[in-house]
Amino acid sequence: MQKKKQYSDNQSADADKRRGRQGQVIVIEDRCKGCGFCIANCPRQVLSFSSVFNAKGYHLPKAVDAAKCVNCHFCEILCPDFAIYSVALSDIND
Amino acid sequence: MFAKAVLTGTHFINGDQACCEGALAAGCRFFAGYPITPATEIAESISRRLPELGGIYIQMEDEIASMAAILGASWGGVKSMTSTSGPGFSLMMENIGLGICTETPCVICNVQRGGPSTGLPTLVGQGDMMQARWGSHGHYEIIALSPASPQEMFDFTIRAFNLSEQFRIPVIILADEVVGHMNERVIIPSEEEIEIIDRRKPTVSREDYLPYKADADGIAPMANCGDGYRIHVTGLTHDERGYPSMDAKGQENMVKRLVGKIRNNREKIISTKNLFLDDAEVIVVAYGISARSAMQAVRDARKKGTKAGLIKLETIWPFPEELIRSIAPQARALIMPEINGGQMVLELERAACGSCPVSLVSNYGGAIIHPDLIHAAIDKAAKGKA
Amino acid sequence: MTTQKNIPPHPMDSLLRTERFPHIWCPGCGIGTIFGAVLAAIKNTGWDPNQIAMVSGIGCTGRMAGYIKLDSFHTTHGRAIPFATGLKLARPDTKVIVVSGDGDLFAIGGNHFIHAARRNMDITVICVNNLNYGMTGGQQAPSTPLGAKTTTTVNGSPEEPFNFCYLASACGATYVARWTAMQVRSLRSSITEAMQKRGFTFVEVITPCPSSFGRRNRMGSALEMLKFYHGRSVIRGDIDPKDASMDIDKEIVVGKFVDIERPTFMDHYENANRHQMPNWRMHPDNQKAR
Repeated sequence: MQKKKQYSDNQSADADKRRGRQGQVIVIEDRCKGCGFCIANCPRQVLSFSSVFNAKGYHLPKAVDAAKCVNCHFCEILCPDFAIYSVALSDIND
Repeated sequence: MFAKAVLTGTHFINGDQACCEGALAAGCRFFAGYPITPATEIAESISRRLPELGGIYIQMEDEIASMAAILGASWGGVKSMTSTSGPGFSLMMENIGLGICTETPCVICNVQRGGPSTGLPTLVGQGDMMQARWGSHGHYEIIALSPASPQEMFDFTIRAFNLSEQFRIPVIILADEVVGHMNERVIIPSEEEIEIIDRRKPTVSREDYLPYKADADGIAPMANCGDGYRIHVTGLTHDERGYPSMDAKGQENMVKRLVGKIRNNREKIISTKNLFLDDAEVIVVAYGISARSAMQAVRDARKKGTKAGLIKLETIWPFPEELIRSIAPQARALIMPEINGGQMVLELERAACGSCPVSLVSNYGGAIIHPDLIHAAIDKAAKGKA
Repeated sequence: MTTQKNIPPHPMDSLLRTERFPHIWCPGCGIGTIFGAVLAAIKNTGWDPNQIAMVSGIGCTGRMAGYIKLDSFHTTHGRAIPFATGLKLARPDTKVIVVSGDGDLFAIGGNHFIHAARRNMDITVICVNNLNYGMTGGQQAPSTPLGAKTTTTVNGSPEEPFNFCYLASACGATYVARWTAMQVRSLRSSITEAMQKRGFTFVEVITPCPSSFGRRNRMGSALEMLKFYHGRSVIRGDIDPKDASMDIDKEIVVGKFVDIERPTFMDHYENANRHQMPNWRMHPDNQKAR
């Protein structure tokens, strides 16, 4: 008989088959205007406001939970300022 | 197999039709317009001719759209034109300004009628002369030509296209209802005899090309849409890259160049036809249909022994200031007949600079000026009672 | 530690005039997002970028033409569509995209919109609808909801707004869709479809204007506005555009409403003139000029 797995709130049924971090988020500092769209809408809650701000005084987003990034590009396509995008780890790592 | 653009031969047609043939001979293959008396025949003629020449006629929803469409077509690399009269000319003003600021070659023929407002739709006027110069907002220079016959409607329309291409500017043909509707002999030469000027193209690569960087003569080579140069064109005050450059310095740079482009090249643009000027004491300065009356008056006066002369203005703008300035001191009087309350006469006075009296023979519109009225003014001036 | 290759630039940089960035739009304004969607659609089509032109009018959205690295034309207020008409007729092989705001396209530009749709000019028109005139500080526009506050309607707008999708469809547009700025994936698809479809195609996008409309109507931050519009939206594709209401107090109906086939202006022009000019496109002047 299969032992019933215990799942925590944020864990899905295939958590043990998860591939792990997929993408890296890149922020173009000078373009960001701190609107927060990316932070609020990242499906994996990877991003948060950092304490850093750019030359215009806007707080930039930062990947605080980078391991969760699945390279879905949602931050990239939602950002009104072309200031954030994700790239596949496999493309930039040797 | 294909129809001919240049209908070489002798024709008996009206000024509007001659304008249409001149446009086609010059290479115009796009016309966007709106019907308005007394220019409608230009649209009608060209709507029949363009399809057989591989061109497009489109009747837009209003004159504002017509002017916008011809700018768009010009950026698409096709010589384009519209025609109108006073009320439509007023509507076109904003986009004429866009054409000037973006340096877009195109031709607008205004067949003037009595104004202001709806005025006299079917009767002559010459009341849009200053409007052609200053009708759009802001400061700029313009080129405007004034044909006095159907033959000149043909010739000057070709010249208008050539000037617009050479100087990258909308060129206005200021015709009037009589010239537009009169039927006269028009001789269309062979295609080889017609000089065509095309816009200067860039010779550098996309990376090195600056759309609004002028050559030494003040004119910037023009890349068309689709040529691969990825140009940006805006009505905002812009720099050499074509990008908005909105401060006093940017304004100075751009407007100075736009103004200089015409002013510094005015000897190439200004054209007059002078008659009996060498020993003239009383000089009539006239344009359009009024020049026909003036010519008759000057000949009549000469027959009676008065030393009258004529300067027929072929280009209205830029105004031939230097010519007037040089001639005024030797003249006893300058007389200008025009069918308005006195518009070009103001330029004449300004250029004459007080060196001789300037007088006006005019009516407000609706009828041409009878040569006898001009002759009477010449006589009066000759007797020193200008 | 793994070594990293050079980080690639932003995927849209090849189509952006990056030397002019950061752009002028306010923090949280959705125009940039819609701009990204237009660029993505352009990439999706696979067309030669040198054969694509953007024409815009005046207003915040109109500034888009200044940032796209394609042949672009920033024309006069309301006159992008007739300019685009001339451009398209002069260069039938160029894809012409008009992007402009609600006021530019439907107030001052309204007459041109309805006629271009009627003629079925082969252009794509993207309307960025932020419910007011943003660039000039937030005045009432034909899209402003009844009762909404703007600088020229401090006691609430006394006018009912247009339903732009209904208007476009009634005038003969062959493709009509509406999305909010939050629905980026659907938006990208719709714009791609609209661009690839023959005829007059229209996509309306509801976007936050946090600095003007949002502030005057106490709609919170840009993010809150984005979520609000999205929250009010209801996807109902294929319904009669008359019923595709655009009401921020009740529901914003989004989706693709019209997708039909109709001969374009050029189809009719060539057909009408076929006796006089049986081979219009074969005319020598057409080969060299177009």
